[in-house]
Amino acid sequence: MAEKFVVPEADASGRFGEFGGRFVPETLMAPVEELTRAYAKARADASFRRELHELLTTYAGRPTPLTEARRLSAELGARIFLKREDLLHTGAHKINNALGQVLLAKRMGKSRVIAETGAGQHGVATATAAALMGLPCVVYMGSVDIERQALNVYRMRLLGTKVVAVESGSKTLKDAINEAMRDWVANYGDTHYVLGSVLGPHPYPRMVRDFHAVIGRETRLQARKVLGGKLPDLLVACVGGGSNAIGLFHAFLADAGVELVGVEAGGRSAAPGEHAARFGPGRVGVLHGTRTLVLADDDGQILPTHSVSAGLDYPAVGPEHANLAALGRTRYESVTDDEALAAFHALSEKEGIIPALESAHAVAWVLREARKRPGSTIVIGLSGRGDKDVPSVARLEGLEGLAGVAS
Amino acid sequence: MSGRIARAFTRSARERRAALIVFVEAGDPSLEVTQRLLPALAEAGADVVELGVPFSDPIADGPAIQRASERSLAAGTRLTGVLDLVARARAGGLDVPVVLFGYANPVLAMGEAAFASHAAEAGVDGALVTDLPPEEGQAFASTLRATRLDPVFLLAPTSPPRRVKIVGRLSRGFVYVVSRPGVTGVRADVPEGLAELVSRVKAGVGRLPVAVGFGISSPEQVAAVARIADGVVVGSAVVLAMEGAVAAGEDPVAAAAALVRRLAAATGR
Ligand SMILES: Cc1ncc(COP(=O)(O)O)c(C=O)c1O
Repeated sequence: MAEKFVVPEADASGRFGEFGGRFVPETLMAPVEELTRAYAKARADASFRRELHELLTTYAGRPTPLTEARRLSAELGARIFLKREDLLHTGAHKINNALGQVLLAKRMGKSRVIAETGAGQHGVATATAAALMGLPCVVYMGSVDIERQALNVYRMRLLGTKVVAVESGSKTLKDAINEAMRDWVANYGDTHYVLGSVLGPHPYPRMVRDFHAVIGRETRLQARKVLGGKLPDLLVACVGGGSNAIGLFHAFLADAGVELVGVEAGGRSAAPGEHAARFGPGRVGVLHGTRTLVLADDDGQILPTHSVSAGLDYPAVGPEHANLAALGRTRYESVTDDEALAAFHALSEKEGIIPALESAHAVAWVLREARKRPGSTIVIGLSGRGDKDVPSVARLEGLEGLAGVAS
Repeated sequence: MSGRIARAFTRSARERRAALIVFVEAGDPSLEVTQRLLPALAEAGADVVELGVPFSDPIADGPAIQRASERSLAAGTRLTGVLDLVARARAGGLDVPVVLFGYANPVLAMGEAAFASHAAEAGVDGALVTDLPPEEGQAFASTLRATRLDPVFLLAPTSPPRRVKIVGRLSRGFVYVVSRPGVTGVRADVPEGLAELVSRVKAGVGRLPVAVGFGISSPEQVAAVARIADGVVVGSAVVLAMEGAVAAGEDPVAAAAALVRRLAAATGR
């Protein structure tokens, strides 16, 4: 029998080993406990699961295909598959969690939802779920991200959501989360905060993971089918907060023989402030309600981060990832902005799939590493499509990419 | 348990008034200004000073204290610098109790035990870490108590009786009741139901003094809270007075002291 890994689950206080927990001001303890109870009840309720399944299949487009990337495979000498979350409604995995949480908010009797967003994908997903279920929605977004993800800002507005620009701190994802938490602490009576990754105080890291775990469950069945009953050798996914990665990995955690690699944003360089690679230079600290690996200076001040992809531009990582890494079950690597951009082009040209810049990080690592593993089978979590990134990549590359269509 | 905080509440009770607790951000706009500020606050009538330790991501704070925190960090303030400042102030004869008020990450970066011993050596009297609720702050609280520092915890309108009891057991010096849901900032009113909240908390925390803060900014609000609580906390209003003075080219210390004098005059019952 294949070797098994004993999968750790969050305990009652939300601890994954020494990570996780609930590091929030007293005022948020009651809402966080209310959410924990409501989620536990919903999870145990077959009608909630049925309703969510219905939305995922008839509205969001699940199951998503597992596509064999034939030209890349031939070039790299390994069998490479793509788990196509980019084909979901709204263009990324984020809709799995947004539908789950907005459905839960309705059950809790909340009349308003709020969210933060970095790349805009979680904002669009939440705005979409809110429109579908008839709840008003406010999305907080750093002004730097508003600039580089303008298309998604307009999409949210079309969906009837109010987008609030956040001008404090580094004006990116972490500051948007600060602002959403401030809104929540003042308005929790009627408002649910739809947190967009496996971050924040318990129960969020576990709840958001549960909503994305469908990615890995589908992948397991699909892979067995095409691989004659076998499992893939390696799964690779990009890691911002870590929701698409844990969603892909979770159904495979017990299978100790399946290698799991998360890819972080290496940015421009390894210098502080120039990347968002938390494993390595990260220290154990507390940010946004959870104890995890955090990029901070000696004084405990959170460091600015940089990534070409807004969705990976965040100084902390989900506590479950930190724990799995500490246990040696998962491993985290990084690729640079330039490698991600090259992969963005490579997947577009070789497979006819324009990936999100976030997802391009996972592709880039595989482009770098696959030749060292001839004959192996690799699944890449393709968390999103790249439409949102086309204007900023064109701008970065001096509009050369647009030469054919301009004028 | 340096005793300074307990003595401050005993004295204000004897004088039939609430203790005035004044929050200022250390290092806003510079540590030199804070150095002059501490004795001026005491002289103007602050019974306890809550000294904010700046943090890059202050989720419990509204715009006024966020800006103060950003100014302080931009001026290079670090936790060690704040502790040195308190040590210098004590050497200069400062006797007002000082409670450090901040967020978990800078404390964890220093190490909980190192923080406690350095703070005690510097002459700090207590600490309140906003994002360390009782569940996560139990060990920290006993570390503080072991070094003769008072751990101060928050209670909120949403805290059930069970949590009031736990906070009563872990806290020393006083407990801090958040007057309303939300972040720090200036508000015009005193929330409805505050008197019931305070008496519910008093019943649950034994003999510990109960202070009320968040949104209290005018002498009228101070007077209203002084009738029901043992202490009143004013923060954003003082921070804004200093910000306004700096913008107008005036002395922020004088502006803070003038406001504190007016607030102190309103603490009688
Ligand atoms: C397409 C895509 N992938 C990945 C991420 C990163 O988030 P996570 O690590 O939670 O999957 C984002 C976030 O915005 C995204 O839009």
